[in-house]
Amino acid sequence: MAERNELTTTPSSANNERPVLPAVDVFEDAGGITLLADMPGVTKDRLEVKVDGDSLSIEGRVELDAPAQMRALWAEVSVPKFARTFTLSRELDTGRIEANLKDGVLTLRLPKHAHAQPRRIEVTSA
Amino acid sequence: MLEVMSTRPQSLFDQLDAMHRLLSRSFGVEGAPGAIRSVAYGAFPEINVARTANSVEVFAFAPGIDASSVEVTIERNVLKISGVRSSGIPPRNATVQLYANERPEGRFSRAVSLPDDVDPLKVEAKYRDGILRISIAVNAAAQPQRITVQ
Repeated sequence: MAERNELTTTPSSANNERPVLPAVDVFEDAGGITLLADMPGVTKDRLEVKVDGDSLSIEGRVELDAPAQMRALWAEVSVPKFARTFTLSRELDTGRIEANLKDGVLTLRLPKHAHAQPRRIEVTSA
Repeated sequence: MLEVMSTRPQSLFDQLDAMHRLLSRSFGVEGAPGAIRSVAYGAFPEINVARTANSVEVFAFAPGIDASSVEVTIERNVLKISGVRSSGIPPRNATVQLYANERPEGRFSRAVSLPDDVDPLKVEAKYRDGILRISIAVNAAAQPQRITVQ
């Protein structure tokens, strides 16, 4: 009962907001996969990149450095939160993922395991 | 045709993603009427406008652009933001396979009409963490003033 009370008293706007899916580009080359995600307004300390098993999730909160007494006239971005999850395949080496955030663009490099990289097999004639 | 099919997989899940994104945003401030210069979903950059007692603040969500290449103009109370955005995708060749390609690229241009009481000569623009913030001062005459009763 006590728990229920707690639930009803939490402000609904903070918990029920559905995050926006960030727009992404994903491309693959011989060494791995690169993912670019647009997350404007997200700073390094408000960004979380998590790998759990074969799932990769990125999540970030938008920080608007705004004066307190501000009244919205027009808002196309109404939810200040980005989140998206991807399912990874086994050839990717999740231990060596590199992440970089610059000007609101997150770049993730997902390298392939060495054994999964393409190899050219030399054909020898007997 | 083959190239389109191979470089942009349009699976059911991609379509659901796009739909989810569409639904997860609402247009305009709740209850406010739509503006004449509003645009369809997917415009770049997305824009929020707010006002304080002495300024109008425009936030353009423009990640990954070169701030020096952006042009910001105000003409007859219409603020225009334009520039070019290059994608980080390497040129397509046999070794690069492109999957999702949702981030806008190329030339962009957006315009918003400002309230009547702004001072177009007092403008500041800053680019940080992918957000271009433009502050336009409100005319001194339009700012709230306290009048002393004698």
